[in-house]
Amino acid sequence: MPNMSLKKNEMPSQSPEVRRSNFKEVALGYTEEQAIDEAQRCLHCKHKPCVSGCPVQINIPEFIKEVAEGNFEKAYEIISESSSLPAVCGRVCPQETQCEQKCVRGIKGEPVAIGRLERFVADYHNAHSEEKAKAPAKNGHKVAVIGSGPAGLTCAGDLAKKGYDVTVFEALHLAGGVLVYGIPEFRLPKSIVQKEIDTLKEIGVKVETNVVVGKTFSIDELLDEYKFEAVFIGSGAGLPKFMNIKGENLKGVYSANEFLTRINLMKAYKPDSSTPVQHSKHVSVVGGGNVAMDAARCARRLGAEVTVVYRRTEAELPARREEVEHAMEEGIEFKFLTNPVKITGDDNGWVNGLICRQMELGEPDESGRRRPIPVEGSDFTLNTDCVIMALGTSPNPLIKSTTKGLETQKWGGIIADEETGLTSREGVYAGGDAVTGAATVILAMGAGKNAAAAIDEYLRNKGE
Amino acid sequence: MYKILEKRELNPTVTLMVVDAPLVAKKGEPGQFIILRVDEEGERIPLTIADYDREKGTVTIIFQVVGATTEKLNHLNEGDYIHDFVGPLGRATKTEGLKKVAVVGGGVGCAIAYPVTKKLHEQGCEVHAIAGFRSKDLVILEDEFEKNSTKFVRMSDDGTWGDKGLVTDALRKLIESGETYDEVITIGPLIMMKFVCALTKEYGIKTVASMNPIMVDGTGMCGGCRLTVGGETKFACVDGPEFDGHEIDFDEAMARGATYKDFERHAYEETCNLFKAEVK
Repeated sequence: MPNMSLKKNEMPSQSPEVRRSNFKEVALGYTEEQAIDEAQRCLHCKHKPCVSGCPVQINIPEFIKEVAEGNFEKAYEIISESSSLPAVCGRVCPQETQCEQKCVRGIKGEPVAIGRLERFVADYHNAHSEEKAKAPAKNGHKVAVIGSGPAGLTCAGDLAKKGYDVTVFEALHLAGGVLVYGIPEFRLPKSIVQKEIDTLKEIGVKVETNVVVGKTFSIDELLDEYKFEAVFIGSGAGLPKFMNIKGENLKGVYSANEFLTRINLMKAYKPDSSTPVQHSKHVSVVGGGNVAMDAARCARRLGAEVTVVYRRTEAELPARREEVEHAMEEGIEFKFLTNPVKITGDDNGWVNGLICRQMELGEPDESGRRRPIPVEGSDFTLNTDCVIMALGTSPNPLIKSTTKGLETQKWGGIIADEETGLTSREGVYAGGDAVTGAATVILAMGAGKNAAAAIDEYLRNKGE
Repeated sequence: MYKILEKRELNPTVTLMVVDAPLVAKKGEPGQFIILRVDEEGERIPLTIADYDREKGTVTIIFQVVGATTEKLNHLNEGDYIHDFVGPLGRATKTEGLKKVAVVGGGVGCAIAYPVTKKLHEQGCEVHAIAGFRSKDLVILEDEFEKNSTKFVRMSDDGTWGDKGLVTDALRKLIESGETYDEVITIGPLIMMKFVCALTKEYGIKTVASMNPIMVDGTGMCGGCRLTVGGETKFACVDGPEFDGHEIDFDEAMARGATYKDFERHAYEETCNLFKAEVK
């Protein structure tokens, strides 16, 4: 008999009062009992609607069945067939708009907590399994993967499992891409990312850090000189946007990328870090996406009062609901229908205020959301000593500008086939934010997975 | 890990290191830079490529001990390893078609002025090199400049080396004496470059200044190195590091450069104390 409780098992978490002054993970994870109890809520629908909501098509009812029976390692094996990064996805996937949105239990009550179960299974495996992953026999074909974020790691993992000799090139000194420089420790502990990367290394993936493709060498060199037979570009969307308003270059104005990189990658929140970050009294974060929430919550943990400034209303916030709720619980203030028009500074060039304009919502724009319209004469000043711009990012032009014949969109996204990731160059595939612009970890993983399958097919056909 | 093959003290605070970094050496050009981290917990700092040897696969860096990271770097010796070393980053200096150029370097900026001087000289361009230091003890690369320039003008603040005065005095004198330049290239402290650019603007001589702002990743990702050039925001790491000197907002660049001054001073003192304790 399934567990017919209408509610999910709640996630044990650090209380807001405690967590707002530390960088430790907020959600603590289910116990074995909670996981089994939650897994018993699954009805095992024949048509498996949840699977169609998963970009990497994990066999969700199967793994949940194993959890319900206490076979956690078996559950891990099932997830691993489809996902290279289960411990990551269980934490950062927007399940509420994917698998869980399709869950039948969600029609009346809450859906099964698929994400929390995935996380439980991955953590259980990481805590209990001593066994090293086995490297499959090599097939003698070389593939290069550019970027070690979710798209690149997934593509590399899938190809390595098929026997390809895969090398991942990473521009920074540490692999993981946005998982290490962007997403904070309290949402995704870096030890978990490292563990997933170590697992990839165990199955034979080589990771070369400190290589900027487009500078250190080009894609053409990878193909011609270094004899890679195919290349996957998963270089992400790393270029920060600014508003182009006055005062944006004052001291104390950061892109969210810079602020988060200093904190997450360079560990600037630790007292003995050799990389500095400003410790401010009142931080203003401009934007309403997940990155804005991450920046706001980091600033809060560094001891600041934090205000999120967003030009539409709470209903339009692009961030995950859970992240917004967490931010609010941690005492972060939100100013909706508010848009900055100017940043003011003191005599020494430090930020001292953010002049904002009230907005109201007009007709829907091309994104389908109601367009914010400024209210004349409504300007007011927010006292602030640090402004973080979290307005989104666009793909880095470095690869485009150094790869002949690689076609891109006007805004910089690499043009790639939706199914296969094939670009305008033979043997060159792309996926993730480099193609779509800033999106989610799991969509990038889905693209990496599809490209891996396409690369495999391409190289098999080529060999014949 | 990147092995230090050679270490040489150029003056009491400026050190040269030849580093084994074949991939960077293969592609590096004057004007480009690298980013390094001394150790596993280290900060990322940009340093300009001072020289390279494509065959030996080595890259030369020259740095002044100004903070905690350069202090730690200076404590490494031949045979030791630098944890991370990535490049070449930024755009190379444009030297094509230049027939007569004045290169104006100040202080440790001369380390960056030298490779472009050499490249121009090698391609047959007439190069007037002007180097300025506070005093004779701080002079670096004197022979190298002498060998690779058509004319070499020495300037020092205290008159202990060459003429007493500023590099702008020397440059003005050359221009006034009738020298005409296709371009002036200037590398040094921001305040010096600001005045070099003000001077050449008077005479309408195209001037390129090499900027060295605070950076984290060096690939266009963080925007920490942004500058205002001709009223537009530019990223020094990918759009530069060299820009039209007449368009750069130097005052803003100077303010931004001081963002972490207090932190840096504190970190430097801590590091110095650490090394002192080790010596005891």
